[in-house]
Amino acid sequence: MRIIFEKRKSMSRKAMFLVPAGSFLISLILTAILLAIFKANPWATYVAMFKGAFGSWPNFTETLVKAIPLMLTGLGVLIAFRLKFWNIGAEGQLTFGGIAAAWVALFWSPNLPQWTVLPVAILMGMLAGALWAGIPALLKVRLKVDEVLTTLMLNYVAILFAEHLYYGPWRDPKGFGFPGTPPFPEFAWLPRIAGRAHMGLIFAIVLAVVIWFILNRTRWGFELKVIGNNPTAAQTQGIRIARNIMIALLFAGALSGLAGVCEVTGISRRLQQGLSIGYGYTAIIVAWLAQLNPIAAIFVALLIAALLVGGDQVQMMMGLPAAMGLVLQGMLLFPMLAGALFTEYKLRLIRSPKITDAATKQEQVAT
Amino acid sequence: MSHPILEMKGITKRFPNVVANDRVDLELYPGEVLALLGENGAGKSSLMNVVAGLYRADEGEIFIRGKRVEINSPRDSMNLGVGMVHQNFMLVDTMTVAENIILGLPDIPFRVDMEKVNERIRELSEKYNLQVDPESYIWQLSVGEQQRVEILKLIYRGAEILILDEPTAVLTPQESKELNRVLQQMTSEGKSAVFITHKMEEVMAFSNWVRVLNKGRLVTVKETQKTNPKELAQLMVGRDVLFRLAKKERQTGDVILDLKDVQALDDKGLPALQSISLQIRAGEIMGVAGVAGNGQKQLVEVLTGLRKITGGQIRIFGEEMANKNPLEIINCGVSHIPADRIARGVAGDMSVAGNLAMKCYRKPPLVKRGILHPRRIIDLAKRMIDMFRIDTPTPQTHAKFLSGGNIQKIILAREIDACGGVLIAAYPSRGLDVGATEYIRSQMIEQSECGTAILLISEDLEELMTVADKIMVLYEGRIMDILASSEANTEQIGLLMAGVTEGKTAVGHA
Amino acid sequence: MIELLTSLLAITLRSGTSLIYATIGEIYTERSGVLNLGIEGMMLMSAVTSFAVVYHTGSLLLAILTAMAVGGLLASVHAFLSITMRANQVVSGLSITLFGAGMASFLGQRLGPETNSGYLVGLVGAKFEPLNIPVLSRIPVVGALFNQDILTYIVYLVLPLAWYYLYKTRNGLNLRAVGENPQTADAMGINVGKVRYIYTIIGGMLVGIGGAHLSLSYAPGWTENITGGRGWIVIALVIFSMWNPARAIWGALLFGGINAVQFRLQASGTNIPASYLNMLPYLATVVVLVMLTWWEALSKRVGAPSSLAKSYMREDK
Repeated sequence: MRIIFEKRKSMSRKAMFLVPAGSFLISLILTAILLAIFKANPWATYVAMFKGAFGSWPNFTETLVKAIPLMLTGLGVLIAFRLKFWNIGAEGQLTFGGIAAAWVALFWSPNLPQWTVLPVAILMGMLAGALWAGIPALLKVRLKVDEVLTTLMLNYVAILFAEHLYYGPWRDPKGFGFPGTPPFPEFAWLPRIAGRAHMGLIFAIVLAVVIWFILNRTRWGFELKVIGNNPTAAQTQGIRIARNIMIALLFAGALSGLAGVCEVTGISRRLQQGLSIGYGYTAIIVAWLAQLNPIAAIFVALLIAALLVGGDQVQMMMGLPAAMGLVLQGMLLFPMLAGALFTEYKLRLIRSPKITDAATKQEQVAT
Repeated sequence: MSHPILEMKGITKRFPNVVANDRVDLELYPGEVLALLGENGAGKSSLMNVVAGLYRADEGEIFIRGKRVEINSPRDSMNLGVGMVHQNFMLVDTMTVAENIILGLPDIPFRVDMEKVNERIRELSEKYNLQVDPESYIWQLSVGEQQRVEILKLIYRGAEILILDEPTAVLTPQESKELNRVLQQMTSEGKSAVFITHKMEEVMAFSNWVRVLNKGRLVTVKETQKTNPKELAQLMVGRDVLFRLAKKERQTGDVILDLKDVQALDDKGLPALQSISLQIRAGEIMGVAGVAGNGQKQLVEVLTGLRKITGGQIRIFGEEMANKNPLEIINCGVSHIPADRIARGVAGDMSVAGNLAMKCYRKPPLVKRGILHPRRIIDLAKRMIDMFRIDTPTPQTHAKFLSGGNIQKIILAREIDACGGVLIAAYPSRGLDVGATEYIRSQMIEQSECGTAILLISEDLEELMTVADKIMVLYEGRIMDILASSEANTEQIGLLMAGVTEGKTAVGHA
Repeated sequence: MIELLTSLLAITLRSGTSLIYATIGEIYTERSGVLNLGIEGMMLMSAVTSFAVVYHTGSLLLAILTAMAVGGLLASVHAFLSITMRANQVVSGLSITLFGAGMASFLGQRLGPETNSGYLVGLVGAKFEPLNIPVLSRIPVVGALFNQDILTYIVYLVLPLAWYYLYKTRNGLNLRAVGENPQTADAMGINVGKVRYIYTIIGGMLVGIGGAHLSLSYAPGWTENITGGRGWIVIALVIFSMWNPARAIWGALLFGGINAVQFRLQASGTNIPASYLNMLPYLATVVVLVMLTWWEALSKRVGAPSSLAKSYMREDK
């Protein structure tokens, strides 16, 4: 007897649902085992994490605070991933967005009418993010340079550049050596909705709906779908691949840039160290768990944010490293990746066709 | 009669969408050639892949030299003395001939002594008159030479049971004769062979016995001498052979596609098309014959905007269309049925409806101000599914779950629906079953009756003779000749395909 | 001047060693057709675990073995996901990196001694000391080659061996065939899945040594993000060496050299801001990648194994 994977006759809708849910469960179990190894009570830890993330209104708003950049970068990543453009550069695009917004808020604001500063900052931030994504996109479509590496390397460059700014020329002279720029003027603050949760939440939700509409209901979205699926077929049908990838990546970069703008104008209200805590990388998890669906990404981002906030809480309450949240996140993808196969394939048990002495033969499992 | 060296009993092999083999029996005797005859999709290759260890049968038993064997992998199969030349050659392009020949052999020393291997290969190629340099790389070889490597590989490994899967598909008639000679030499040494084909003449020329498969079932076993091509053809198709499709007399119109002196390079930068000049009129089907790799691919690509030309002119409807991009050419009315339907024709992870809309999504009524109309796309898909008899559970099913024939029908439906006067069809019936093949051929004829100019590339001379009005033969990127299909015969075309021009004076230009 | 060159070469080799191990590892993995983008996470994990082992046991050998085991284990997760479950290899590799980074950070706060409330940061353990080879190490400039730690000396051996194995042996032949054309390899009786598993795991073990070299020699001890993106640079180095292990050394030396120059400049108190100097390796990676891809396109040469990042299943039609 052996087990083989057999192609299904059509996509399994059930599996498409069950796999992410199952993945979440499995990763919880795996992490529980890990926790037990390190002599922490998994149940208590999870309860603490849940309470930390959702237990009270202030906690929930903090979860929202972390969810907003994840939503925006998640959307940016998923647009690129749909084109099989492996954009690992959301972190850098976010950082550049933040830098541009800070530039506007700090240095343009004296010369601009006050009410225009915030919109201009948002615009410039999105532009900067787009530019930072545009470089690898251009290299990819013109020269076929591997985008995984270019987007990633540009992350380091962007972060180091930001570091240079807030340690160097833009540093707050009254900051007692604190690595950060002076605070932005008040009219450059992004309005807050609840707790520290700001307008960015509305941007993210609206954009998710808009992106869903673009991807599923417009001619351009259709072209992107064909390109992502089979570029050779797209080319044969006269779809302009290079131009479409460029536009999509500029858009994706702008979304991550917007995340950066929201962080500096909505949360820190200055450019400072720790602008991003790896949102751009976590965005990959968001996009993949959401199966590249923009609406799902909003909810997944919330869930992941809960893990982050919960992880922080666990550190404070139980003395466990906050990296717990990161571990859980990382764990999430493994069962998800393993399970994806089941949407297209199913397991089939095959009884050996032989009449031979099955008793003497070991059952073999072939994959 | 001696005992069979290979015997298969009640082999059944199922794939998710189809039963490839249904309780098939087979016997192969030492020193003999068994022809396995059947239409495309009859299950010949999958049956032999079971022996070669690439597939596992769901039911049935295999005996080799009278002993019941279990073949779980290609290695098991090799150890039993079975060797197969697959239809798509199993060769690693970036490796040398010698490296390919010893690939995967368990009994070569850890540190490979290439000199010794080369020496042995030279010996063998001398003995069987299969000339090939062991040190050249596969990508440097012609298709014919690559096949020699495949056969040398079997000899080098000492295979006793040879399986050849449609070996002549890539050969000129002359090269086929040479292959037959090698095969006879090998069987005279006591080796035996299974020869897969769908051509009756080859059965007669190559084999001692013939087994005919139809839709996965064994239809008959005959001694070759006691049968004839006509009988075989009937058995193979399961009814009278038709393929003399009703082709109405029709009038051709203006010249629609006009190529003058077209030149183009291949991917490696070598000349692939050399001064190609041809004209196709409205309502005319121009067939293209030639051994694969003689410029057919590049011809299609320059006509569809996928490859730049380096010289000459391409006029479509009188407009200069050389080196325009694919979209401009599509807008000019050119439809394209690509040779590789999976790679180029469809997006497997998109719905059937999406694939059907892939050409007309740009225009109303499917789209208005950039916004798609999903209902209309589904309606259009339903219409096409009905009209072209596409077998799919729903219009939303992903295309990759469909069979090859149905995928080809999607492409055909899409391209014919959007066709504005020119159809470029590359191997449209390759690998399809009889029904689908017939359907696709009749669709092409119907289109030409509506005034479409069609360029039809095919490796099946029979198809060209039946469907096309004229046949041009490509050899090394040149047009050898253009013949009227009513006056052409296979032998003549075969010679032209091999680049032989002596017969030219006898051939009247079309 | 000579002194400067000598010290530059010494630093270059020291910082290049981990890169060479990991590059060779990844070349073998990719040659089998598996793309593993998890190197960064694997290096972090092996760096933290090997340092923990050395801190608690004092045994460098045990530490290296642990690093290899950890690298191999994470690689086998990637192998399972991408070979058996046919997951998207890019995303699978990324998730190894994300997991590895989080896990390493977690372990860095848990594997330390109770007295330090579990933290490993800031502790000092045994490390690989440079072994001075008499006479040879006194030659100007080149002497730097012979004043290295044992792991660097082993690299001198591993490089030619890795090359020889890949191009001159039966196993190497089979490995290349699997990466180039798995269908053919399969039909020739090579077990494609097995070969891919083996070299993905062996690759992971070599990456593990690369990670251990960081925490046991190059920058002894554990600091968060000790790799600083080295795992990604390795991916670029694989492309740079055109999947040939013998060429791994040039890329590693180039990037090690950039590191060394950056060190020297910083030490000499230049006007260039430190952040800009720190950008050098990353910018250089992009520039080298662009130039290389350009050159490849011009010369119509492609070094990548044809089946890289594509899964293979026998009966898939």
